[in-house]
Amino acid sequence: MQKNNKSEPVRNEERIALLSDQVAGNGLISRRHLLGFSLAGAGGLLASSALAADAGALTRPAWSMAPGRDPSEYGNPSSFAAQIKRLAPAPNTISPGTGASRSPLHLLQGTITPNSLHFERHHAGVPNIDPAQHRFVLHGMVRQPLEFSYEDLLAYPMVSRVYFLECSGNSGANSSGAAAADNSAGGIHGLLSCAEWTGVRLSTLLDEAGVAPGASWITATGADAASLGRSVPLDKALRDVIIALYQNGEPIRPEQGYPMRLFVPGWEGNVSVKWLTQIKVTDGPANFRDETSRYTELLPDGKALQFTYPMGVKSVITSPSGQMTLTRRGLHEVTGVAWSGSGSIRRVEISADGGRTWADAHIDADQRELALTRFRLPWLWEGAEAVLQSRATDSAGNVQPARAAWVAQYSPANRFHYNGIQSWAVSAQGEVKNVYA
Amino acid sequence: MFTPDRKHHSLKNRFGKRTTLLQSLAVFGLLSASPVMAADGPGLGKPIDEAQLQGWDLIVQPDGTGLPEGSGTGAQGQAVYEQKCAACHGMQGEGMPGVPALAGGSLTTTPPLMTVGSYWPHASTIYDYVRRAMPPLAPKSLSNTEVYQVTAYVLQLNGIVERDFVLDSTSLPKVKMPNSGNFIDRSQVQQ
Ligand code: HEC
Repeated sequence: MQKNNKSEPVRNEERIALLSDQVAGNGLISRRHLLGFSLAGAGGLLASSALAADAGALTRPAWSMAPGRDPSEYGNPSSFAAQIKRLAPAPNTISPGTGASRSPLHLLQGTITPNSLHFERHHAGVPNIDPAQHRFVLHGMVRQPLEFSYEDLLAYPMVSRVYFLECSGNSGANSSGAAAADNSAGGIHGLLSCAEWTGVRLSTLLDEAGVAPGASWITATGADAASLGRSVPLDKALRDVIIALYQNGEPIRPEQGYPMRLFVPGWEGNVSVKWLTQIKVTDGPANFRDETSRYTELLPDGKALQFTYPMGVKSVITSPSGQMTLTRRGLHEVTGVAWSGSGSIRRVEISADGGRTWADAHIDADQRELALTRFRLPWLWEGAEAVLQSRATDSAGNVQPARAAWVAQYSPANRFHYNGIQSWAVSAQGEVKNVYA
Repeated sequence: MFTPDRKHHSLKNRFGKRTTLLQSLAVFGLLSASPVMAADGPGLGKPIDEAQLQGWDLIVQPDGTGLPEGSGTGAQGQAVYEQKCAACHGMQGEGMPGVPALAGGSLTTTPPLMTVGSYWPHASTIYDYVRRAMPPLAPKSLSNTEVYQVTAYVLQLNGIVERDFVLDSTSLPKVKMPNSGNFIDRSQVQQ
């Protein structure tokens, strides 16, 4: 949420200085200018309301007067941050355990999703797997079918990489909903998370089993009640797929597939089969239900795209974003995340006037491939209506499409692989709402 | 997380730092004892026989690979369906809120209704999915024969096979699904 200070109008000379470095319409300001501006000692803009806020003498708080609690075995967030939770639905009464919870993107910063807040999507609930009894079997078109225990895999050489994971159905409400639903950034786009995944290269295990000539796919299934299955072309499986055992340094969470999951970087989340128990090497895809009935994209002419794997280039402004209210006029930071299943993020542009003018947001150099990128840009909001948008470009040159351009490509029934530009309307009262623009 | 009693690790310790694991094994002729060991892993996979996976491996491919023995007709499947599926999917496969329809539908209506009949490209997927995932409260509880029967009945509800059509590992891959020609394979577009 934005700081809740009562409005303290920007002093005129500061305003003029800021607007002299406006980089796009409706108040977007160069970040370089802002840094120089503050250093020059004219930073009153940021501090003015704080100066005026409290005339009384400071007192020492209670927690400075007595020792706090003891160290603990497994930490928890501050009780004052307890509202930062996944957006979870009511339990599914028809098909228990089927459903999704979303990462609260609008309440998070940086690029790493804490394990407790990583989104979930299950097709028959979260199994409680005893790793000592879990088996992973690699078979099919191999020289020697092999069985591995969890303990076996822990002894293999591992790699650690930061990767985003996005459900193919993420943001689908904005793709097909007749009217833009009133929702938050996490509520709309929260089937997206990013973590450091550590595990064993699948190529290591495929080498050990010996892939037979003529093999061209792997088919993977999980040990959950749905025994969810997906097929992955062998060249991808050998390139960068891992069997993930750790997530942000600790064993992967049950809802992420404990004790082991397939992790297929950059591709739609559903192929990263959780609770992995089987990989069968084959000469073709299995055409599982989740790669035929679901996770295929219906086109306007009745044909459908199948095995659409990489997630498209995409970005979303997480602050200010849906259901927030700007309660202070003045300088704000527009910030959000961008990602692409086809490489790294090269550029994020921001518009405050519904796409008429754009400015480059700041992103750090050397962005990682297939991971979230954080972008930021200062914005001087003086109470005028605005429509905030972000548009990402990836290292392969793909540019995030406008919503209308995306919608025109598909049947209205399709909700998968939506990566259209998100528009947040800001009213004169500072209320931020999801809109189609 | 090394386990001290693993044979490969203890070998490594015995031969010291300068000898790699592979060299040690090769010198002592141990590589032949573990012919599938990969160069970049400790080779801990235990050989297993495909025969041991019978009944455990549930994957059915469109060409029929993985289909078990047995057979069933829609006539036989109706009872299974009405007892174990209809409460959720409806007597005619019409579905209900929160449960997909299994029959009827069309891709040209507004909005389109995608079902087994109007959308699915392969009959094998019904067998594969029902056997592994349905009914949700007791997945993998149907016998292979019951899965043939109920698969035949779902096909019959869609008018794809007759009531007496015998579905088995030979006939199932030959069932032509109405929408089968309409999928565009994007699997080679990997970036
Ligand atoms: C308790 C309610 C319930 C029962 C009983 C049930 N199903 Fe389902 N079925 C569902 C739900 C819910 C889904 C969607 C699951 C999902 O999306 O993950 C589903 C999905 C399916 C699908 C895939 C549909 C699609 O369009 O992707 C098929 C096929 C199916 N069921 C067949 C059956 C059969 C055959 C039976 C009886 C043996 C059965 N179901 C029993 C609730 C039920």
